[in-house]
Amino acid sequence: MSDVAAKPGEAPAAAPADKAPAKPALPARRRDLAPLLLLPVLALVALPLVGSLSTWATLTLSGLAMGMIIFIIASGLTLVFGLMNVLNFGHGAFISVGAYAAAVLAPALTGLMRADALALNLVALLALIALAMAVTAVIGYAFERAIIMPVYGQHLKQILVTVGGLIVAEQLIVAVFGPVQIPLLLPAAFRGSVIFGDVAIERYRLIAVVVGLAIFIAMLLVLNRTRIGLLIRAGVENGEMVEALGYHIRRLFVGVFMAGSALAGLGGVMWGFYREQLTPGMGMDVMVLVFIVVVIGGLGSVGGCFIGSLLVAVMANYTGFLAPKLALGSNILLMAAILLWRSRGLYPVTQR
Amino acid sequence: MSDGDGAAATPLLTLYGVNTHIGPYHILQGVDLEVPRGSLTMLLGRNGAGKTTTLRTIMGLWHASAGAVRFDGADITAWATPDIAQAGIAYVPENMGIFADLTVRENLLLAARSGPIDETRLRWIFSLFPALEKFWSLAAGVLSGGQKQMLAVARAIVEPRKLFLIDEPTKGLAPAVIANMIAAFRELKKSSGATILVVEQNFLFAKSLGDAVAVMDNGRIVHSGSMAALAEDHDLQHRLLGLSLASHQ
Repeated sequence: MSDVAAKPGEAPAAAPADKAPAKPALPARRRDLAPLLLLPVLALVALPLVGSLSTWATLTLSGLAMGMIIFIIASGLTLVFGLMNVLNFGHGAFISVGAYAAAVLAPALTGLMRADALALNLVALLALIALAMAVTAVIGYAFERAIIMPVYGQHLKQILVTVGGLIVAEQLIVAVFGPVQIPLLLPAAFRGSVIFGDVAIERYRLIAVVVGLAIFIAMLLVLNRTRIGLLIRAGVENGEMVEALGYHIRRLFVGVFMAGSALAGLGGVMWGFYREQLTPGMGMDVMVLVFIVVVIGGLGSVGGCFIGSLLVAVMANYTGFLAPKLALGSNILLMAAILLWRSRGLYPVTQR
Repeated sequence: MSDGDGAAATPLLTLYGVNTHIGPYHILQGVDLEVPRGSLTMLLGRNGAGKTTTLRTIMGLWHASAGAVRFDGADITAWATPDIAQAGIAYVPENMGIFADLTVRENLLLAARSGPIDETRLRWIFSLFPALEKFWSLAAGVLSGGQKQMLAVARAIVEPRKLFLIDEPTKGLAPAVIANMIAAFRELKKSSGATILVVEQNFLFAKSLGDAVAVMDNGRIVHSGSMAALAEDHDLQHRLLGLSLASHQ
């Protein structure tokens, strides 16, 4: 028997297969916009509490910048969670490794970094980012093969070995660079502030917002416009069925894991420049917020992760100003409130 | 059957003494099954007899602890699921496995492994299941149960495959939709000479569609033969399937 079907039936004038042949006449899916309102509502509630409009604007914008960096870090983690149900507590290691990789290269680029030319500064920044992402992608590959693969499907062991991996990575950094802070200074053109009315905004925060938005848009394009993205979205929803359709989801997962690690490396560089200093534990410190973001957003949801990152960072900034002791607690409360409203996060994708 | 009988006479799929364990449970206890090329074989049996486990074991979603699965001349017992699918087996699971967040179009695009969907084939699928054309751009999650089942079958047949494994296509469907399914499977078999193995609880559906039948009970095949013979033999039906004929005919 031939495995090639005869072309069955007569073909009426066929529409191209990738275009909609008919307009759907019935129930369009309702767009779920409620989570999009959370950030504006939070900002409006905070305005009278903060009092000063310029302070409020500064807090909000720096919150958005920090949120974008958290998003860059968390987006890879949420896909790893969603796609393979892997709890990777070692994700924080890539933040530190990325930042330290940049710090290693930075002295060699001092000339470019200090030059009074935006283009040269940009070249230096991009070189640091490229190195950090390449290093973390390669380490991510090794991490997946050596640490994640043996414990695939076993949550408790995943937590134990990935936390172990995080601790080992951190201690290796201490062994090589010492336990003290090391500086990571911004290129000349990105220092200082721009003034809008009586609101001063640090340039670097604007850059962080632009980079975060660019990553978000790029991820949406890849997820929604490419075949790889289609596979990732399907795999997050039902990995077994993707395999039954003939795709090796493990290979896809390794690719996503490497990309997620590289994004954490990028986030690490951005975070290092944000604080202009590095510590071996910087990855672990950010991971608390990153996990809150992943849970708030809904496992596997890039859109949810984006909104969650901005909410968490802006909330941390407002409470850091209003009641500094409550800064982290406020985010735990935010997570609890959102989970009471939507128990699987803002935009649940998986059934987990 | 000897190997010397030639490809046409060799069953496309053969299970030899297949055992499958799921955790502590011994579900398949030596399944012997032959699916002849070009046949539409119905796999019948009571709830819990092991029908779904048989399909999942063929697909490699659960691995056999003993025995062998041979497909088109190859021993696929230990193969990974994607490799089994690539060998030419399409699978429609009992829960349909629809990607609810993906559109109808994306669900079909994903199933078309070798590239863009063939336009003629797409028109053919639309002629079988017009609802899919109507809801082409909608998220599959908003489809009704019957429409999801149509999409699941459409996804399996979007490209030619050698063998179709279909788990309870009539589950929870209205009679009109079942009639649609029957038409679709008949058309699939007639137009492409496909080999189809369908797990079914609905005896009337099985009777009107199948040419061969195998009946499972307690993790084994307890009867196999032609569907027409089983359809005639009411005593056998009653013994094998516990069918009350009055309620089915």
